[in-house]
Amino acid sequence: MEAILNWAQAHIDIIYIVVLSIFLGIEVIGRVPSVLHTPLMSGANAIHGVVIIGAIIVMGKVEPGHYVTLIIGFLAVVLGTLNVVGGFVVTDRMLEMFKKKK
Amino acid sequence: MELSILTICYLIGSLTFIIGLKMLSHPESARKGNMVAAVGMFIAIFGTIFLYQENGVGLHNYGWIFGALVLGTVVGTLAAKRVKMTAMPELVSLFNGMGGACAALISVIEFGHIAALYSGEHPDQAAPTQGTLLTIFLGLIIGAVSFAGSIIAWGKLNGKIKDFSFKGQQVFNLVLFFATLAVAGYLVVAIDSSNYLLFYGILVAALIYGVLFVLPIGGADMPVVISLLNSFTGVAAACGGFLYNNSVMLTGGILVGAAGTLLTVLMCKAMNRSLTNVLIGSFGGNAAAGGASAAGSQGAYKEISISDAAVCMSYANKVIIVPGYGLAVAQAQHVCHELEKLLEDKGVDVKYAIHPVAGRMPGHMNVLLAEADVSYDKLIEMEEANDEFKSTDVVLILGANDVVNPAAKTDPASPIYGMPILEVEQAKTVIVNKRSMKPGYAGIENELFFQPKTSMLFGDAKAALQKLVAEIKSL
Repeated sequence: MEAILNWAQAHIDIIYIVVLSIFLGIEVIGRVPSVLHTPLMSGANAIHGVVIIGAIIVMGKVEPGHYVTLIIGFLAVVLGTLNVVGGFVVTDRMLEMFKKKK
Repeated sequence: MELSILTICYLIGSLTFIIGLKMLSHPESARKGNMVAAVGMFIAIFGTIFLYQENGVGLHNYGWIFGALVLGTVVGTLAAKRVKMTAMPELVSLFNGMGGACAALISVIEFGHIAALYSGEHPDQAAPTQGTLLTIFLGLIIGAVSFAGSIIAWGKLNGKIKDFSFKGQQVFNLVLFFATLAVAGYLVVAIDSSNYLLFYGILVAALIYGVLFVLPIGGADMPVVISLLNSFTGVAAACGGFLYNNSVMLTGGILVGAAGTLLTVLMCKAMNRSLTNVLIGSFGGNAAAGGASAAGSQGAYKEISISDAAVCMSYANKVIIVPGYGLAVAQAQHVCHELEKLLEDKGVDVKYAIHPVAGRMPGHMNVLLAEADVSYDKLIEMEEANDEFKSTDVVLILGANDVVNPAAKTDPASPIYGMPILEVEQAKTVIVNKRSMKPGYAGIENELFFQPKTSMLFGDAKAALQKLVAEIKSL
């Protein structure tokens, strides 16, 4: 019990971020029309590509010569980039078509 | 100095994600919202590359990092630009899987990294805590499930993978799931970061779980599954945020996790089903049985010729077009728009009735029609359409099936019972364009086709529409 309390005490700012982000995430898309479900999902898909930052940090810390780790890290950054870039481009392509006719 | 600038970069990143998601949920601002989030992501990524420091040491291996960034950007852009509009849902699923795999790989490296610490390679650094191990395992499991599941969803949408389930699969899945969690829990509690065998065992188990989780779910429900896996990947990204105490990963991941979960529920609501029903009800399996029993009750249907259909539509006052996946595969949206203009010139009131799940994904059909320059206010949503059918002379159904199946209202035994449908049978005449009498995606017979006011116009949607257009022009 004490361990849990200590942990919560030490990470209270992170816990705040998580709780508030959950409410924010729900609130922010609460009234989306069904027309936009697919582009919204695709946009959210691109945003979780933020995981690439973790891959970059990992990659940038690898000691030279650790080739197995370097290759896995390289793969992680490539996949993360695919997620981010592909996600944003495909969402843009979907939304481009919603342009109103003049 | 560098670190405080980086903190500001992350703050900007987090803000743009929130604003971007907000703007993405309104039609007028959606495209800008996507851009805003992309710019924030760019700032966060390049901030990390140039400003990140740990114990006063910056990142190195720039060659590898930039090589990977360039490769990913080129491939990602090409794939996203070249993909056909009909294949977009698949691509989203594939990109989602990439994100999941990225999260899992980070965990793989970090586990090896801290294992090396533990064995004394870097005695100056602190030993891993239970919290670190927990986030590593969560990132690994969630990322791997999301990766494997997304690949299966991708395969299902493009028809490469068929539905598959075996007896007792749900029990097996549950056992596998809890066994994986138990082993991970054991390693966390014991602070054991050198047991590679168990670690890779968990990875493999999570991958298998991801495959088995998606395999039995019918292809028609894939959008819901992709949306769910999307929020999983968000949570996996947030685990990375915990691991590196990185606020932008944390907010981005949790935002997508929460928004994705809500979006999943909204999608289920549009189909009037619960999430449990989608995940455990195994739509595909039941539907096959329903299809078999209904197949015996086929009645007689009547066909209509191109010229009759042309006359029928040209002299109508009001025509409503119901587009479905058939229109999407045939790439017939442009001819469809041409037909609409021709009829309008003849004084016919033309509208499109869009079912919330028409096509393969909610909103998919709107995107396709918008591509063909169909004006936004010609598209009417289901409730409005159902009010208008009574005063409609001709309903033209283009490759839609399950969304106009009256069994959803009348037959409690039908697997789609309870799904809101477009009540086209209220119109005076119904013309159905389909390639054959084959049942639709849910695999069930549609009694609408056998009603006296319905006539069938067989053929590929594009070919049939082209002939219709030519016929109407010559009238």
